[in-house]
Amino acid sequence: MNLRGLIPLTAFAALIGFLAFSLTRDPRILPSELIEKPFPAFELPDLADTQTFDISLLEGRVSLVNVFGSWCAACVVEHPQLMALKNTLDLQLVGIDWRDNRQSANRWLVKHGNPFDAIIFDGNSRLIVPLGVTGAPETFIVDRNGLIRYKHVGVITPEVWTKTLRPLVESLQVASLQAASLQAAPL
Amino acid sequence: MTVEIGHIALILALCVAVFQSVIPLIGAQTNNSRMMEFGDRAAVGQFLLLAFAFVCLTLVFVASDFSVKLAALHSHSDKPLLYKISGVWGNHEGSILLWILMMAGYGAFVPVLGKALPPGLKARAVAVQAMLGVGFLAFILFTSNPFERLNPIPMNGNGLNPVLQDPGLAFHPPFLYLGYVGFSLPFSFAVAALLEGRVDAVWAKWLRPWVLIAWSFLTIGIALGSFWAYYELGWGGWWMWDPVENVSFMPWLAGTALLHSIMVLGTRHSMASWTVLLAITTFALSLIGTFVVRSGVLVSVHAFAVDPERGVFLLALLGLATGGALTLYAMRSHTLRDTSPLSATSRDGALVLNNLLLITALATVFLGTFYPIFIDAMDGAKISVGAPYFELTFAPIMCLLILFMGIGPMLKWRNDSLKRLRRPTLISLLAFGVIFALTALFGKSILGAIVLGLSAWLAVGTCIALGRKTKWSLKGVRAQPAATWGFVGAHLGMAIFTAAATSMSVWAETDIGTLKPGESLTLSGYTYTLQDVTGGKRDNYDYFGGDIRVTKAGRNIATLSTERRYFPVRNQITTEAGLRLSLGQTLFASIGEGDPEGGFVVQVYRHPFVVWIWLSALLMALSGFVSLADRRLHLPKREPIE
Repeated sequence: MNLRGLIPLTAFAALIGFLAFSLTRDPRILPSELIEKPFPAFELPDLADTQTFDISLLEGRVSLVNVFGSWCAACVVEHPQLMALKNTLDLQLVGIDWRDNRQSANRWLVKHGNPFDAIIFDGNSRLIVPLGVTGAPETFIVDRNGLIRYKHVGVITPEVWTKTLRPLVESLQVASLQAASLQAAPL
Repeated sequence: MTVEIGHIALILALCVAVFQSVIPLIGAQTNNSRMMEFGDRAAVGQFLLLAFAFVCLTLVFVASDFSVKLAALHSHSDKPLLYKISGVWGNHEGSILLWILMMAGYGAFVPVLGKALPPGLKARAVAVQAMLGVGFLAFILFTSNPFERLNPIPMNGNGLNPVLQDPGLAFHPPFLYLGYVGFSLPFSFAVAALLEGRVDAVWAKWLRPWVLIAWSFLTIGIALGSFWAYYELGWGGWWMWDPVENVSFMPWLAGTALLHSIMVLGTRHSMASWTVLLAITTFALSLIGTFVVRSGVLVSVHAFAVDPERGVFLLALLGLATGGALTLYAMRSHTLRDTSPLSATSRDGALVLNNLLLITALATVFLGTFYPIFIDAMDGAKISVGAPYFELTFAPIMCLLILFMGIGPMLKWRNDSLKRLRRPTLISLLAFGVIFALTALFGKSILGAIVLGLSAWLAVGTCIALGRKTKWSLKGVRAQPAATWGFVGAHLGMAIFTAAATSMSVWAETDIGTLKPGESLTLSGYTYTLQDVTGGKRDNYDYFGGDIRVTKAGRNIATLSTERRYFPVRNQITTEAGLRLSLGQTLFASIGEGDPEGGFVVQVYRHPFVVWIWLSALLMALSGFVSLADRRLHLPKREPIE
């Protein structure tokens, strides 16, 4: 036994330690760089191609922005949860239809139901790229001032909604109500 | 029935492997020749059982027997036969079975071709090879059984991932595994040598062909993967420093170092403990690669079915195999003494330098690949390391390597003087200067000029080295052993590869636009016009796409057919790029989303000399096979001892 011979073993043991640690982490979970930053500016048509949306769509109301596509298998899993949110709370549901064509997106929405108050059509990833979306479904919570407050990657399960998203959305609504009442009645 | 028989064969193979990993070891320890010979028979038996199991699984896929879960998940009755067969290894379970089959296959070659080996060494190596087999067989039987049944039986299968339905990818994994797994033999022999406490020229000479075979297959495997990614993924690049690419490249770098150090060991009886360590490292890197790909610890475009349980099992396997070997190394490496000191100005010295540079290059790739894991473990930050890091660190080391590759082979073994190198160095330098000046003048890139100049330096240096070996005579040329031609081919291949990779990174051009049928894009003199776009249904997918006509100054150059395919069974879209491969400029176009009114997103590329990247890799691999023919690698026949 000599000390030099131990070097490879020690280095390897350290590597195994790191690899074992890495097994406990999911590398796909990335904190968004955009948290607490304004939602990127955009000018895109809606799904029906009748009007053009821009950033003002997200101002004045708390919004849940959901990236979906008719090609996205996981979106079908998520969809019932979004349908359940329709017309509850004071929450604007905005869909971004990504890398899709209008016809199949419409067919998809007819088949599964349309929970959205507005749908932005982004066939060529114009908004998706500045948003830093890595895949669908992905969901952003945007406050009344158009600031991104939260990003969720993957399916919104009932658990994610009740534990994370709902408390956040409610606190945002309370905060803005307070702000509004303060403005209305200055002391 | 086929399914159950296959499953039983797999279980039997595990039993055989267990005995094979114990009995020959005891035999070698107690010098009992019958126990040692048991290992020989077991190695062949284990291989036959696994081959049988593999055939059974292939029959399941060909017959579209969807009562087997694996076939139901990854096959489909509408699939062409080739992809039914390649579907066997186009998934986690089947690919592990292929891996084990190959490992047993290499193991079976030891008794068949290694009759001249000392019986103790052979018995120990066969036993270690079987230990690896036990680990992987346990892995497949307990966590990833390919013969698992499904109840109720589905009407049809899920289909193979459409991205994988491609001839390039049908053959990429088998070649890659032949390479990865091929390094299991050097590993087993390294461990056997440590057990014996002795490494000698016989060991090195017998092992070198196997290193060459594994290395050549790995080279082909990586090149096929790169070529496939180039035309199938349609993003216009041939290497993206993705973690999964890197983990296949790391064993290649270590294997290249091993290839050269084992030469020093075989000829000069030095670098013994280093060579043993390299042999262990190379296979450990193959195992790490398997772990990374299948555990999903790094984000990659290559998604295998990811399962934490498998990750834990594979990590344990990696830890036991490599950890065990390295523990043995720590205990025994001091017994492997070098018999002769090395001189810096000699072929031996040059090869030490080669090893140092290759290992440094390996370290930079390793660091870049695993840095996200290290950082996450240290302070929880999420980062990713991209191509700029690798280009900044890896490329300069390779340039340095090429610089020495241009002179090293001219040196003699043992001792040489630099004086003898003065004239050839001047000639090589002249080649460098000429190419540098021409490229700088016409290509307008200093960086490109330096690297192209280096390629010329390497090519000329290699030719001079060949000339000196042959004493510049035709008779000398004929008298050269196969290994010389292997060396010339591989080093010239490296020169061509460097030049091609440089052209791609310096002079490739791309443009993107939204085109309606009839409209066109112009890129450096070439006009790309989108023709009619049509759509429809074919085999197992829907598609739309069209031809893009390329003209230059009114002259027709090529018509590129590009398509987007939608696979309903998998709900997945793929892009088929249209490309015209040519030894000069490769033209490349791919169609994206769009409609006839608004236009389609079309991306076009002009790639100079890109084809040479794969051709040179092929040349390197072939050179490896050519070297196998060298007579000096064949051991003298041993007289059978009665």
